Amino acid sequence: MKELICISCPMGCHLQVEGESVENIVVSGNGCVRGIIYAKNEITAPKRMVCGTVKINGATQPVVSVKTKEPIPKEKIFDCLAELNNTTIEAPVSVGDVAIVNVCNTGVDVVVTKGLSKR
Amino acid sequence: MNKNLVIVGGGPAGLACAISAYDEGERDILILEREPELGGILNQCIHNGFGLHTFKEELTGPEYAYRYVKGVEERGIEYKTEATVIDVNAQKQVTYVSKRDGLVTIDAKAVVLCCGCRERPRGAINIAGMRGSGIFSAGTAQKLVNVEGLSVGKNVVILGSGDIGLIMARRMTFEGANVKAVVELMPYSSGLNRNIVQCLNDFDIPLLFSHTVVQVHGKGRLCGVTIAQVDENLRPKMDTAKYIECDTLLLSVGLLPENELAKNAGVVLSSVTGGGIVDDSMMTSQEGIFVCGNVLHVHDLVDFVSQESALAGQRAVQYIRNGAPNCEKITIETKNGIRYCVPSILKKDGDFTSALSFKMRVSNVFKKVTLTVFADGVVVLAKKRPIVTPGEMENVTFTPKQIEQLKTASSIQVSLEGVEK
Repeated sequence: MKELICISCPMGCHLQVEGESVENIVVSGNGCVRGIIYAKNEITAPKRMVCGTVKINGATQPVVSVKTKEPIPKEKIFDCLAELNNTTIEAPVSVGDVAIVNVCNTGVDVVVTKGLSKR
Repeated sequence: MNKNLVIVGGGPAGLACAISAYDEGERDILILEREPELGGILNQCIHNGFGLHTFKEELTGPEYAYRYVKGVEERGIEYKTEATVIDVNAQKQVTYVSKRDGLVTIDAKAVVLCCGCRERPRGAINIAGMRGSGIFSAGTAQKLVNVEGLSVGKNVVILGSGDIGLIMARRMTFEGANVKAVVELMPYSSGLNRNIVQCLNDFDIPLLFSHTVVQVHGKGRLCGVTIAQVDENLRPKMDTAKYIECDTLLLSVGLLPENELAKNAGVVLSSVTGGGIVDDSMMTSQEGIFVCGNVLHVHDLVDFVSQESALAGQRAVQYIRNGAPNCEKITIETKNGIRYCVPSILKKDGDFTSALSFKMRVSNVFKKVTLTVFADGVVVLAKKRPIVTPGEMENVTFTPKQIEQLKTASSIQVSLEGVEK
């Protein structure tokens, strides 16, 4: 049995997980259905949202906050961060603008999370 | 200048308060914000996890702020940025300074203080040692990294496992730093579980409970810290002292409501929360002065700040229209592991058309307990909880029938039942 803390929401339910493949996983201790989904993903293919910044030219601040639009595989976090580090975009930007298409071949875009006007 | 409603602070509390006041029918509203833009602390909280309750999706801080800023702008609510309020008095006069307007005093019919909180600084925790650079409060480091695009250090120790400390452990790791340890004085974390999992465990960052930093080393720049275990009285056991080489120490050692303005106005503060003592309408001991959000008590989720502030906005407008009901008040007592309850006063003739809820914090980690509300010794509401921790706010909401029971009582008590000694 494996113990996990569900991170789907701030409740942080303590999950007890039996089994190792999607078919035979049995989850207990979850407060809602998201706990089961989380446990299945966490055992088979853990994913995380990556939030960070990229450099921006011509805005009121030197960096702008971004996030992966969807969670990406956990093992790709640092590749994704390296790509953020090598990216510079131009002001103005609006919330939701794509900063990087298909980051690290995950099929997920990196989008801007803050609007910044031109300086 | 005259204004019906002046809101001090344009962060999550101020924005939600303004929108709700507008939607309640008030049009003469002014938000005063000292920073160059609205949004408050959310602007530097670039991680996700905001808004799950309010919007049923996980937003980053700036995205959450954006939704409320848009709400304020769509309604045409007046706001001033780079306008710092320097005084609020009991006559509800609000004085602010700004480059654009100079020194201005506004006569308000109601004032809502939405000033948020500030971090406990190094000076408040008395760490021995040199005064080298490299010691930051976690929130300061967060702003430097996330907004100003600066690097604050390479080898990092974090004191305090509150949410900002945990979030910064991951953030510094993302920025290429080596976070050597998060050191926590208490035997438990005051941060959310999910943050321990996704900010520390994911990156194998050790979390040392019942430890503290006893000394900092390094002239010019920090070169290391000495940590030690603490005993049950939280005193360091010096025989366990250990040196950790690092160039940066982040302090995440608690947040304090920023109540300098409230004090000037004569608002009575709680010695437990450091925030104002409020009734069920979020009004303080000074008639017409309301408080909400982190200036009232430090919340763990911004969603709850928005909810609380929307209520304050609505009640402030009702006060502007009708004045304060002159009625009997009941003090809500807390005992058995409940540290505090907001509100702490219930008005017998209060307006409870929108739901009444109590928000509480417990004083320790307790398992299998029942949050119980008594009216004159009779159980009004009992909520079973598998686990309660000081880091997670507890919340109970009453039905109209239960509200009747509370209003007719002469004493109300909130207690944790089933606590094993």
